[in-house]
Amino acid sequence: MKNIKTIMFALLISGAAFNCSSDDDTAPTTTPTTEPTVEFSGTYSQDDQMARPAINTVFVDASAKNTFNTTVPSAQGAAFQSAFESRLLALNAGYTTNALGWNASTFTGALATDVLTVSLEGTTTFFDGTNVLTGRALADDVISVELLLIFGGPDGSENPQLTDDHVDANDKPFSSSFPYLASPW
Amino acid sequence: MKKFKILLGASAIAVTGFFMVAADHIDAPAVAGGTSDITDFYAFQGQDSGNIAFVVNVQGLLSPTASGTAAFDENVLVEINIDTDGDAIQDLVIQAIPRDGKMYVFGPFASSSTSLNSTVNDTASRTVVDITPYGATAITATSTTGITAFAGPRDDPFFMDFAQYGEIIAGNATSFNNPGADTFAGSNVMSIIIEVPKAMIGGTGNINTWVETKSK
Repeated sequence: MKNIKTIMFALLISGAAFNCSSDDDTAPTTTPTTEPTVEFSGTYSQDDQMARPAINTVFVDASAKNTFNTTVPSAQGAAFQSAFESRLLALNAGYTTNALGWNASTFTGALATDVLTVSLEGTTTFFDGTNVLTGRALADDVISVELLLIFGGPDGSENPQLTDDHVDANDKPFSSSFPYLASPW
Repeated sequence: MKKFKILLGASAIAVTGFFMVAADHIDAPAVAGGTSDITDFYAFQGQDSGNIAFVVNVQGLLSPTASGTAAFDENVLVEINIDTDGDAIQDLVIQAIPRDGKMYVFGPFASSSTSLNSTVNDTASRTVVDITPYGATAITATSTTGITAFAGPRDDPFFMDFAQYGEIIAGNATSFNNPGADTFAGSNVMSIIIEVPKAMIGGTGNINTWVETKSK
């Protein structure tokens, strides 16, 4: 009888042990397996920034280009407007106003805070003949717009040799549907 | 032969000039040629007029050969900043970062931090899309919140006669050519394209937007 009790006890233990091991096997199903854990920890520090095309490359002195990329837009106006105005007048000594009616100070004040304004209520374009700075679409000839504003004078007619690079479109057509950009070469 | 060498030298200078003046391609010494170098940023109304599409291009001037092995850097975080009240401080942020062949897009979520350092907000709503391999049909994904995403190599949509601009700035020329030559013809970029319902980024009026790359 004592032997039977010992055997029963042993069976109970082994049964419990088996259950434990069985629990271990089924444990993973209680945690999400649909999406593996992906690691995103760590601190990322700023390298580059941009909004409007060609601002850093055209208006920022070589020695300040890294600084421009690490100055938040809300601080860029105070830090860079004066240098932008000097640069504008170096590019076009005869600058008075441009087609937007902006003098050198107003124009460079707008440029130095490098954000892209985008309308949520209609046409989005850098410039399409009617709408000005309501976004940037893929086909916008942004460089010719900027050249016109820098060199073209009050009515856009000054320095015609410098106000259009005569490259008016991309080398591949864009799509009207997502993802819009052409397939790679 | 000597004349040919001089010509070669001149064209090397022209190429350097073009590297220095691209849209934002190789714009500054700290990022030039690196995986965090932004080349261009676009924001426009989508095919669905209720959406805005944001396009962030990095790693410009990729030849077709180089495009086959080009990859997004898992140590580079891309942030699209959206200012809804006109103070040039962002109110909303969209983050994009690659992991194991997928691009993870978080947000837009509220943030007005002006710190140059960020952590990934992986508790924000996410849109996950497989990165499209070079030569494959574009892979897109749309989340339940209505955000559509793409990531992969694309033709560089930027166009300009950079070489001639460089000649003008260097004092070697006094005008553009007509017709000009698109210095970016035949080159690719790595693109992240995120289309967002306008209702999620202010709904009405104007936003100000800009893009940042941050690395770890």
